[in-house]
Amino acid sequence: MKVTLIDYGAGNVASVERALQRLGAESQRAATAESLGSAEALILPGVGHFAALIRALDERGLRAPLLNALRRGVSFLGICLGLQALYDSSEEAPELHGLRIFPGRIGALPASVKLPHMGWNQLRLVGKSRLLQGIAPEAHFYFAHSYAVRADGTAHSVATCTHGSEFLAVLEQDNINAVQFHPEKSGAPGAQLLSNFLRLAA
Amino acid sequence: MTLVHRIIPCLDTDGARVVKGVNFVGLRDAGDPVVLAARYNAEGADELVVLDIAASRDRRPTFLETIRRVAAELAIPLTAGGGIRTLDDARAVVRAGADKITVNTAAVVRPALIAELSGEFGAQAVVLAIDAKRTSDHWEVMVRGGRDDTGIDAQAWAEQGVSLGAGEILLTSVDRDGTQKGFDIQLTSAIACAVSVPVIASGGAKLPEHFAEVFHDGGADAALAASIFHDSVQPIRGLKEFLAARSIEVRLPC
Repeated sequence: MKVTLIDYGAGNVASVERALQRLGAESQRAATAESLGSAEALILPGVGHFAALIRALDERGLRAPLLNALRRGVSFLGICLGLQALYDSSEEAPELHGLRIFPGRIGALPASVKLPHMGWNQLRLVGKSRLLQGIAPEAHFYFAHSYAVRADGTAHSVATCTHGSEFLAVLEQDNINAVQFHPEKSGAPGAQLLSNFLRLAA
Repeated sequence: MTLVHRIIPCLDTDGARVVKGVNFVGLRDAGDPVVLAARYNAEGADELVVLDIAASRDRRPTFLETIRRVAAELAIPLTAGGGIRTLDDARAVVRAGADKITVNTAAVVRPALIAELSGEFGAQAVVLAIDAKRTSDHWEVMVRGGRDDTGIDAQAWAEQGVSLGAGEILLTSVDRDGTQKGFDIQLTSAIACAVSVPVIASGGAKLPEHFAEVFHDGGADAALAASIFHDSVQPIRGLKEFLAARSIEVRLPC
């Protein structure tokens, strides 16, 4: 199996590529609609501004093929903005539509704490997780974001994190998985998570 | 469950090799950046910073190659900087594998650079480095590797940098750098209170107590040091255990 990394011209594609290499996994970058059509497993890495990701997906005509792949049941992992993109919209760019797989709007974390939420934080498990299998509950993951999905107890939410307020950190539903942190930058626990995803996708 | 205090080793390079000096002068060779990066990644460093302190145009390809080789060793975030003057310079560094870009002199010369970088890469990827030196009752911004005094108030500059889109401040005390007398707590505290983004304290660290002090009293979110880590004067694991024993939240990788 080869993992397809959606390369929309920004973000942390190279870091994810290197993390997969360390796990011995094959990957390829995809920047066109055709290359998404034949994908066996998909990762949408993301970092930066919500608008940059959504605009890039639309400009490159990647929205429809990505949604098709998700409907077809292709295993998917969204990272950081790649999680946020799955929702209706974001306060960061209210005029744009997300991929609308999940309802709701991404909101800013409270200004009562230092932002961006930058650094290593722990998770609170709220459901049974496939991605977090074999990872110590007290493990730290690396976050770098100012916006997040409010933790609301929906079924697809399996872990949350708190910085000013509690927000969604890991979601899993059918073939769709996403994390707010950066597993590719999260040391051994991050590598374990990516390896769990590869096993799910195989 | 809380955001931990970060320990960040810094590799000052001449583009290819790690160098070190006191108060920004008298540089000597301190090793291979790739070897050190691999060691810090394994020892539990929370991030790594790689700087090109020579930052000469003709050495740029060498530095980019260094970033590529260092990034290949890391499963933790990498910040790179030194000589980034334009969006294109930053793109090259990010393409080579840096997660964050740090700017210093070029941002003082042209503050709009901060907004440009933040617009393209997001605030979380833009680290404003400030070299501050005490002048009577306040601190002034020094540029060109701590050599030139700009007369700009460091706190005002930090606030302006954040409003332009910097997501983090890397604050170096020029007075303390290389002295091993401990971080400048007053400086760190003043800046950490003034801005809404994380502050990385730098300059003067030697003992574990210095780190405890800058987290506890200085309000720093992260602390950066170079030579004490390179020379194994202070192993990272031991430092983190020291801090954890004093109820300072750190990440202790298994």
